[in-house]
Order: sequence, then structure tokens, then C-alpha cells
Amino acid sequence: MSQTLTDTNPGGVESDEQPLLQIRNLEVGFQTQRGLVPAVRGVDITLYSGQTLAIVGESGSGKTTTAQAIIDLLPGAGKITGGQVLFEGRDLTKLSPKDIQAVRGNLIGYVPQDPMSNLNPVWNIGFQVEEAIKANGLAQGKEARARTIQVLQEAGLSDAADRLKQYPHQFSGGMRQRVLIGIGLSARPKLLIADEPTSALDVTVQRQILDHLGTLTRDYGTSVLFITHDLGLAAERAEQLVVMYKGKIVESGPSQEILANPQHPYTQRLVSAAPSLASRRIQSAKHASVGDSGIYGGGSLDDTLVARAAERESLAPVKDLISIDNISKVYRIRKKGLRSEELKAVDGVTFGIQKGTTTALVGESGSGKSTVAKLVLQLESITSGSIEFDGQDVAGLKGKELLKFRRRVQPVFQDPYGSLDPQYSVGNTIAEPLLAHGVGTAKERQERVKELLDQVSLPWSSRFRYPSELSGGQRQRIAIARALALKPDVLVLDEAVSALDVLVQGQVLNLLTELQTELGLTYLFITHDLAVVRLVADNVCVMQKGRIVEAASTDDVFDNPQQAYTQELLAAIPGGNFQFGR
Amino acid sequence: MLWYTGRRVLQMIPVFFGATFLIYFMVFSLPGDPIAALYGDRPPAPGVIEQIRAQYNLDKPLLQQYLIYIGNFFQGDLGTTYSGRPVSDVMAGAFPITFRLAMLALVFEAFAGILVGLVAGLRKGKWFDASALVVSLLLISVPTFVLGFLFRLIFGVQLGWFRTTVSSEAPWGELILPALVLASVSFAYIVRLTRASVADNLNADFVRTATAKGLSRRRVVTVHVLRNSLVPVVTFLGVDLGSLMVGAIITEGIFNINGVGGTVYKAIVLGESTTVVSFIAVMVVIFVLANLLVDLLYAALDPRIRYAK
Repeated sequence: MSQTLTDTNPGGVESDEQPLLQIRNLEVGFQTQRGLVPAVRGVDITLYSGQTLAIVGESGSGKTTTAQAIIDLLPGAGKITGGQVLFEGRDLTKLSPKDIQAVRGNLIGYVPQDPMSNLNPVWNIGFQVEEAIKANGLAQGKEARARTIQVLQEAGLSDAADRLKQYPHQFSGGMRQRVLIGIGLSARPKLLIADEPTSALDVTVQRQILDHLGTLTRDYGTSVLFITHDLGLAAERAEQLVVMYKGKIVESGPSQEILANPQHPYTQRLVSAAPSLASRRIQSAKHASVGDSGIYGGGSLDDTLVARAAERESLAPVKDLISIDNISKVYRIRKKGLRSEELKAVDGVTFGIQKGTTTALVGESGSGKSTVAKLVLQLESITSGSIEFDGQDVAGLKGKELLKFRRRVQPVFQDPYGSLDPQYSVGNTIAEPLLAHGVGTAKERQERVKELLDQVSLPWSSRFRYPSELSGGQRQRIAIARALALKPDVLVLDEAVSALDVLVQGQVLNLLTELQTELGLTYLFITHDLAVVRLVADNVCVMQKGRIVEAASTDDVFDNPQQAYTQELLAAIPGGNFQFGR
Repeated sequence: MLWYTGRRVLQMIPVFFGATFLIYFMVFSLPGDPIAALYGDRPPAPGVIEQIRAQYNLDKPLLQQYLIYIGNFFQGDLGTTYSGRPVSDVMAGAFPITFRLAMLALVFEAFAGILVGLVAGLRKGKWFDASALVVSLLLISVPTFVLGFLFRLIFGVQLGWFRTTVSSEAPWGELILPALVLASVSFAYIVRLTRASVADNLNADFVRTATAKGLSRRRVVTVHVLRNSLVPVVTFLGVDLGSLMVGAIITEGIFNINGVGGTVYKAIVLGESTTVVSFIAVMVVIFVLANLLVDLLYAALDPRIRYAK
């Protein structure tokens, strides 16, 4: 694979041909009450016809803003304050609203990030695709309808003709993304801007869609501008790479070269923190991390992880702290009329977790992994089977006994934005479990908050701040501190790092590993991201459709997957086949 | 869709019986004896009052009275006033006038309200938006009777555009001014509701995607912003249609209109219990139907509701 990429790499070569897109010294700012805040600061990007280029960076790096500035899609307060966007030699920033309207869709297609919010919920799918076809003057009337079906079929919706009258909420996320790709490509544009087109999707769906997108754009000779935070994905799908940091390009060039030999310290950090590459890297991390300059804050996956990995090997078998025996959970789904249907969210799941270890539950959305978490936490009751915690059946726990159980098993959820009360200061948030369980005096609680903030590496002064003033990573640290407040034995981490940028993700994983060693915690780690699993888990259970299809030690699952489904999941990790330098 | 409509219709039944029974019970529990009041200071011949009571079923237990009343109601007999005039006659005089007034007010508040709200929402923070907000706040805070007299003074007396009072036939033209007064508060709410909704939807991801498709600004606004923004507005309009149809005591009083509001008010003062109950029973039906209309419109505007269980 890497062979073909290097061969068909025209970007490294100087060409006499006019570039399709040439962004020169682009500056974009956002008007705020405190004046103009720059978001993109002097960006230069050159893209030739037929080429694929990826802009990589964490959230807030200005990558999406750059893409939106090209076809004047900036949100209300955003403004281009300098520079040029030359498309086939024409400066798009100087065009009138009417002229840029003719460019959109027709010459430059756009595939947005979130398939859930990017289709209008009140119009059917056929209407929304046909609208794009009509607006770009490709076809009218009956012909437009036929073209709509064709576009959707090309985008991978084989039963398009029957589904035209259906509404977005009747489509799955992957299907909606195909519709959006169909819309973006409907006018056969010369350039397609794909802004995180698959970030919201499961890995296997992501791979299907990206493969499909690759085929389509190759067939039509469309250039693609990829926006992504996923370095592995960028490497796999794009010939050219542009790394953005704080509104500036810090490094650009052929993907292979950059990933093999990153020059800029930020790119180096990004490469080293990218968990999707960890399967090739964890052993070498120790000596490689010695040279880290640390200029962008701590957080590489360093010694602790390696130490933990080594420790795991020597772990002697002990009795399971949590043993889950053949549990099932059935939901009743209301159907049309009075009928209802049974949905087996969890179907006969059995596994055990030893004290002080990490067990990962991996699966795609809808596999039932989060339901297992809720059952273990006793947030929902099990339909059948049993869950034992420390030798005690937890299914029938009530009142005081249940409170005691809750004190020992604490959750950390995925969304650090949604799981913290915006009206509660950090100090109050962390102290809340202590208060709820009536632990200690006010002074003792304050002491404990101080200790906890220290454990999650946040300053004591942050206790007066509110969630809205904090970054995603800081919020997740607070969620972890809150979970640790009652000195639990077990943390159930439901997608606890999935919403975070790679660098922050690395920091939080590191923190979790340190805390585990320090406090002897047991983790049930629920994630859809296999790459993260490799870093933190001792054992892995792969779930599909409510069942565990494969359960083994982490190394076994990664090096020697037994089930086709597990192999498929592993193969779908973007960039898994690349060798990355440091 | 059929199931959805059917369920809403079924829900109307307990609402109707519950509401009418409560009203019946409350009206007939009011102190004062309307039959005695008919005769003023000179008491009638003995036995007459009993006879009239029997004629109006007032001698029977309340529940039985209610059942007789409801039975007649469904046969189209709404009873008679204590002076012998059929209540249906009284209604035939009052409801058409209120209907015309309500329609004028509804059309005005819907069209003007949505239009002003849309423009304000599209130009959030600009002068048009700011003035729309100030004007709507004024309309909400000024009491209807103040506004009514003010409008009458300006447009009726000083400018002479409209008649200051409405004749007993109450033709459409004469009802325009009262309708404007009646609609003013709802107009203000619709402006604010539409504005907020439009401003919200303008930032929606699907609107950006629609723009990226190459649609014109006009199409993006009408097809993608406006339709989505109308869902909350339609809910409000439906509820408002109900309250407009049941009359407006203050506005009718100011402009001397013989509509439903004034008629019910007079009936309450005179203790005409049958009239009050019949009017209110019809109002309940209108209210429930208006709500059904809202639910159906809601489903028509938003497919997610149509297909939900």
C-alpha cells in the first residue's frame, strides 16, 4: 500500500501545471466582543488536479475554518481578513454572493462532518438530493428524479429508488453520510471538501465509506481536500499532508515523509500520541520518549504505560473482583399501534474482571457495550443472569446496600460537556459525591477535593472555575476526580476518552494508568476504539449484537485475532499498516 | 398518520366530558337564585317557582341534571334562557361575529408576525431587529384596553380611517380595527418566537450544507430555515386560535361588538346558567378541535412526529 502511494505522488514534484486550488496567506478572524480573534493566520495550501490533500490538526487548530473560508461558508462572525483563495486562477474571496453561489456545489462540493445534523429533518432524502441537482442546473423535472436515484446509488445506497420518500431520521448514520457524499458529488465538482466525513461513524463503516469515496473521486478525477484530526486516516487516504496548529501550518509535504520523519515538534507529538499507531509502537516508547521536548505540555504515552504493560505479564491469577455470569437485557420497543417488539440489547454475556486490571469492552455502536456498563453500574436492572461484585450478588441491592455498592463502583462517561453540571463549580462538583454519601466534615471534604485535584494534575485554584471555562480534557479530569472522590475500587469508563483530541486523549490515558498503579483501581473500559484498547487493557472482550464474540488477553486479540469480526475491526483502524517515525 | 389522528380524537372525549361537567357543576353551585331574580321584589304566586324549577330540571340532583343536559346537547338542544329564548338563537347571533373577528386577527398576527419575525431573525442585532424587539415588548406590556382606546382615538377619531364603534351586524370592514387590537399581543409573541427560531436555525448544520449545495440565499431561507422555524409558531397559533374563537371581553367591550365574550359576560352577571354552560361547552369543543388542528399541522411540518410511535 505504501508503495503505491509513493509512486503516485505528484505533489512533491514541482509542476508547470496550474494548481486547481491555491490558498495564499489566508487569514480568517472571528468578530467577538473583545475584538477580532484570529483563527487562521497566514495559511498557504496548493492542491493540483486529481490530488488528495489532508489538513490535520486538533480541534481549534483552524482546519475547518480554512475549509469553510474557501467557499464562503464561515459562520456569521467569521471573516476573511487577508490573503487569496485562487481556484483555477480565480480569487474566490473577491466573488460576489451570486458568483460564489455558482461555484458551490457545481465546482466545489462539500461533505460535512456530522451526518446527524447536516440533513434537514423535515424534508425527505429525495427532495434534499434533487434540490442540489436542480440548483446546479444539471437536470430538471423527471430527469432530475432519475439523476437523484443515480447519485444515491453511486454513493452506495443500492435501494435508493425505494427510499427517496424517507426522512433522515429513518436512515442510519452511515447511510446519511452516504447521502451527504452523494450530494457533495452530485454535480461532479472538480474539488471536494470533506470535513471530517467519517468522524461520527464506527470504524468498519468509516472504512467502507472512505473506500467508496476514494473510488468515486478517482473515477471522476476529483481533487479532495480532507479535514481530519486522525493522523492515521490522513496518512492512508491522502498523498499530501498539511499539519495545522493554532491557525498556522506547522508542517506540510507528502504524507509518508511527514509521518515517517516529522520535523516540527508539534507534528512529532501528534505522531507519538496517535493511539492508532500504538500497536507498532508501545515497546519502543520508552527510549523514544526520552528526547521529547515537551514544549506543548506533557502527555506522551510514556514510561508508565510501558511499565504497566510489563507488569501485566507478571500478574498472577487471582479471584475475580467482578464476575458477570450470563447476563441479558431485553428492552421492549413500541412499534406502530399497540404492538411491541423485544430487543435483546445484551444477550448472555459472561466475563470476569480481576482486581487491579483493566478489561476493555469493544464494539461498534449498537453492540450493547454501553448497556453492559449500565448493568454493571446498576443503573438498569438485568433481565436475567447475575453480576457479582466482591462475592456479593448486586442485582437485588436496595437502599443502604446499594449506596455502599455505588461508593465502590463509580462511572466516568463519554461526554465531558454533558456530564458536568454547568451551574456547579469544579470544587462543588468534585465534593458532591462526598456530600451525597455524607462523608466527613466540610473541612475534610475540602481537603479531599484538594487531594483529588492534585491527583488529576489540576491546580487547587481551579476549584472556583466552572465547566464552561474549561477545555474538554480538563473537564474529563474533573469527571475522573469526581469518580475517585469516594475512593472506589472500580471505575466504569464508558467511552471516557472518545471525545478528546489525540494529545489530550494521551494525557488522560496516561493519568488513568498512573492512578491505577497508585490506587490499585480496577477498570471496565468501554470503547469503540481498538487502538486505545491496546494501550490500557489487560483483557479484551469484543462485542457484536449483544454478544461477546471474542474474549482474550489484549496481546492475543491484537496479534492473533480468532474471529472474522475482530479481524475486520482491526483491519479498519486507519493507518494501522504504516510505520511511523518519531 | 391515521393512527396518530385517531389517538388525538380519542383523547378529546375525556377532555370534553371532564370540562363540561366541571363547568356545569361550578355554574350551578354559584350563590343566588336566578328564578327568584326573575321576579324582582314582588314574589310570584306560590307554586310558580317550583313549576319553573321543574321545567328547567332544577329540582333534580346535579348529576342527573348534567346527564339530561348532555343528552339534549348531543341532540342539538342547547336549552333556553330563563326568559324563554333558545340558547342556540343567542349563539347564532354571537358566534359569526366572533368568528369574523378571530379570523381577521389570526390572519394579521400570522402573516405580519411571521414576516417581521423572519426579517428580524435574519438581521439579528441590526436596527430592524432591535426595533422589532422594542415594539413587541411595548405591545406585550401595554394593556389591551389602553391600546384599544388609543387605536380608536388615532385611527377612528383623528385619522377617521375606521368607525369607532361596530354596528350590530358587524361587517368585515368594521372589524379590522378591533382585530388589530385583539391581535397585537399575539403578534408580538409571534414576532419573538419566529425571530428566535429563525436565528437558531440559521446556524444549523443543515443550513450550511444547503448553502454548500449551491442553493440561492432565498431558497435556503424559505425552504430550509423558514419551514423548520414554523413548528413552534404553528403551535402557538393553534392555541391562540382557540382563545380568539372564545371571544374577547375587553376588545368587544371597547368597540361595542356583540360577540361571544360579551354575551357570556352578560349571562354570567344575569345568572343565566344554561346559557353560560352551553356557550362554554361549545368553546371547549372549539378549543379541543383547535388543538387537534395544531397536532395535525405539527405532524405535517415535522416528519419525526408523524412517524413517532
